[in-house]
Amino acid sequence: MSLLEVEKLTVAFPGQVAVRETSFAIAPGETLALVGESGCGKSVTAFSVMRLLPPNATVASGRILFDGTDLLALSPAEMREVRGKKISLIQQEPMTSLNPVLSIGLQISEVVRRHEKVSRKAARARAVELLDLVSIPDAHRRVEDYPHNLSGGMRQRVMIAMAVACHPKLLIADEPTTALDVTTQAQVLDLLDDLRHRLGMAVLLITHDLGVVAQWADRISVMYAGRIVEQAAIKPFFAEPLHPYSRGLMGARVDVDADEHYSLNRLSEIPGSVGSAAGETGCSFAPRCPIVVPGCRLAPPPLIAHGERAVACPRVGA
Amino acid sequence: MTVEAELTDPVAGKGVTAVADVGNRAAPRRNRRLRAFLRNPTFVAGVAILSIFVLLAIFAGVLFPSDPQDMVAQPLLWPGEDMEYPLGSDSLGRNVLAQLVYGTRASLLVGVSSAAIGLAIGLVVGSIAGFFGGKVDILLMRLVELFQTMPTFLLVIVILAITEPTLSTIAMAIGLAAWPTVARLVRAQFRSLRESDFVMAARSLGYSRTRIIIQEILPNAMPPIVVAASVMIANAILTEAGLSFLNMRDPNVMSWGGMIGDGRDQLRNAWFLTALPGAAIAMAVLSLNLVGDGLNEILNPRSDDL
Amino acid sequence: MRMGRRIVATLRRTAIHAIPTVLGIIVLDFLFLQLMPGDAADVMAIEAGAATAETMDMLRERFGLDQTVLTQLVNFLGHIVQFDLGFSPRFNASVLDIIMARLPNTILLMATALSFALLLGIVLGSVMAAWAGRWPDRVLSVVVLLLYSMPGFWVGLMAVVLFSVKLGWLPSDSNMTIGTDYTGWALIADRASHLVLPALALASFFVAVYARLVRASMLEVQRQDFMRTAHAKGLHPFLIQLRHALRNALIPVTTVAGMHLGNLLGGAVVVETLFGWPGMGRLALEAVLARDFSVLLGVLLLSSLVVILANVLIDLLHAWLDPRIGEA
Repeated sequence: MSLLEVEKLTVAFPGQVAVRETSFAIAPGETLALVGESGCGKSVTAFSVMRLLPPNATVASGRILFDGTDLLALSPAEMREVRGKKISLIQQEPMTSLNPVLSIGLQISEVVRRHEKVSRKAARARAVELLDLVSIPDAHRRVEDYPHNLSGGMRQRVMIAMAVACHPKLLIADEPTTALDVTTQAQVLDLLDDLRHRLGMAVLLITHDLGVVAQWADRISVMYAGRIVEQAAIKPFFAEPLHPYSRGLMGARVDVDADEHYSLNRLSEIPGSVGSAAGETGCSFAPRCPIVVPGCRLAPPPLIAHGERAVACPRVGA
Repeated sequence: MTVEAELTDPVAGKGVTAVADVGNRAAPRRNRRLRAFLRNPTFVAGVAILSIFVLLAIFAGVLFPSDPQDMVAQPLLWPGEDMEYPLGSDSLGRNVLAQLVYGTRASLLVGVSSAAIGLAIGLVVGSIAGFFGGKVDILLMRLVELFQTMPTFLLVIVILAITEPTLSTIAMAIGLAAWPTVARLVRAQFRSLRESDFVMAARSLGYSRTRIIIQEILPNAMPPIVVAASVMIANAILTEAGLSFLNMRDPNVMSWGGMIGDGRDQLRNAWFLTALPGAAIAMAVLSLNLVGDGLNEILNPRSDDL
Repeated sequence: MRMGRRIVATLRRTAIHAIPTVLGIIVLDFLFLQLMPGDAADVMAIEAGAATAETMDMLRERFGLDQTVLTQLVNFLGHIVQFDLGFSPRFNASVLDIIMARLPNTILLMATALSFALLLGIVLGSVMAAWAGRWPDRVLSVVVLLLYSMPGFWVGLMAVVLFSVKLGWLPSDSNMTIGTDYTGWALIADRASHLVLPALALASFFVAVYARLVRASMLEVQRQDFMRTAHAKGLHPFLIQLRHALRNALIPVTTVAGMHLGNLLGGAVVVETLFGWPGMGRLALEAVLARDFSVLLGVLLLSSLVVILANVLIDLLHAWLDPRIGEA
């Protein structure tokens, strides 16, 4: 059985639909990568799982089943029991996602004390252990530090310590390494992967970096303009991406080992931009698609299963 | 919509031709700006109330031709008791309504002229400090700090103890005490604009410093200064009211604060004598604050969209 | 440990910064004194009713008024260093003694009003921010804007009409009931009841200032990423606002509170006069009426020092709220 099942989720902002009828599932202990360009709706999808959408966004339809219960049907108080304890979140920007005026010890121990009946002192000791767990040297001293005393990579480790403090079943990592430099990036992702195995967590890894996906994910869901266009296990996906957009992404990707890893215009081989999807009645990718036919513009193509994988493109055979 | 467009078009048209000669970059935006002003309810409400006060101040002599200091009625009439004096009379039998209308003049006059003095000093000090930076800046900011440390109201009292309180000395004293806020604001604007592209361009064209300050930076630094000006007038009116309440006033001029001071002795039996002028002050200051808030929303659009 | 080091660093920085300001105020104070119409000898002559030219000269010599302005300034500075602000013929006491007798009352009034304004301003501002755009925010915004527009002394007078004249709940004059010898709690209750109305009148404007500021600053904080982090921990929204939002939002508020301290003391002049509160502000007005300018300028000097000291306290508060201050 799946740990998390998102069913036909649609999220709308005033005058704009950010996520359309998106469905995906994550098995216990699995890492699913949600991949796409910025603005394609991946972060919005993640925030709706936590029910932490901005106030002007609404979930128009769909269900989010976690361990069999629909998170969207929970009361705010019940939802608070889930957050931080069963599902936790790591955000993109470690510089701003920690509170600048509270010590990191307090910020870690407050999540422990929220979900477990422990004394202040015990929570503090846990904070030190957790800092140790995420390989922060000198943890017993560092626990008194404030975020501005730490480097970006260290801060992201603190975020991870906070997120895993109550042994959640699912960790949502929203572009956890985008703001970090290359070496730190690999260290943080190694740490995440290690903790996932040790603590038996599932990870929803949101990223736009296929290099990261290839190395650390079990399965991939490619998102384009609010819709999932392809789902597959890592090996078959990287062997042969099916959706024209996925192919474009792969073509645009520079090999992980190559020096040009951070070259600009990574997606330059795909003509046009996500913005061209606006006002499209059919397939959102049609304006940029190299194999588009007039039929593509009639209705959005459904996600069709091809064995273990699924593709939202009628032009692609298995 | 169409009515609004018709209303704004002639004015905007004039604006465009007028500034086209000077070559002001703000010209094409003017039309849209004006419409934004009219669409902001806070600003419109403020301007509406303020206009009433301005009209009252201008036409006080027409509305009440006789001297408001004259004793015309039976003393201590309550509002509504005698419809000839709808807001009653004070202990000397003076018409409260006439006093209030004449009091508008003192408040607005002192408010506007002291704000003008404060703005003038603040603009000069702030632009010099902000534009030149370095030692000049440090020195001038020290001076600003000095003036900001001294309690404003006490400073005004000290200045008025040196001179004698008349409308002009009161306005001067308040203006002299109010400039540091403007100076800080102008300095901050200048510091950020100093490095902007168009100032760099003007420098590379070899324009003189004075010309760059007056023609390039100042117009672009204006929006927050305009907002500050309305707040300054409001604060000056409040200060003036406090001064005249303490009897530091021009004895020949009717003022709201003075009315409160006079009415205070009758607080037990005729509290309306205190309440009415105070309400007038509050309304006048409120209108200016509404204008200020409205201007802030229009000129610095960083709305609270949460 | 770290806190202590930061406090010392903050104190040192503010102290170094304050010295030139204090000097500047003293010099300015002296210049004002020079500009005042007449001198101490004139005042005493008026007091005495008449004086011959010889006695006037003698008085001027005694007070050093016959020397050059520069010598007088040096003398003035020399006296200030010894905490000597001169002698007031009108009050027949040293200026410093007169002011010191009044200073505690003013500080009590100011501290009460400031705490009250901050407390109410923070509560109102937080409520407005929490319901931003909905009716509690709209209603409170109007109330706050009205408070922002009303003269504090008038608010005080209206409160006197309601609470003293109509309801008879609170006294409206002086700082204690005359001719009683309360002790213990009765004394404290008597003093406190006298403090309520003046403190309210003085605080009213600043309640509005802080409420508006806290609202804006709380709304700004809500957009920060760390607020989402806090929500993602499953914390109660109330705790999130209190622990995570408010502390950040208060940092700009303390800055502004520091900038308004001078205004608060200035407002005390009117409020103290109105309520017969025997403080420094009322002394200033008495000095103006008595044309005793050495006392008036002594008040200006002392109250500026109070503002500087209070600013040091605010800086410490700032350093306590914001761990980034005072490091490195």
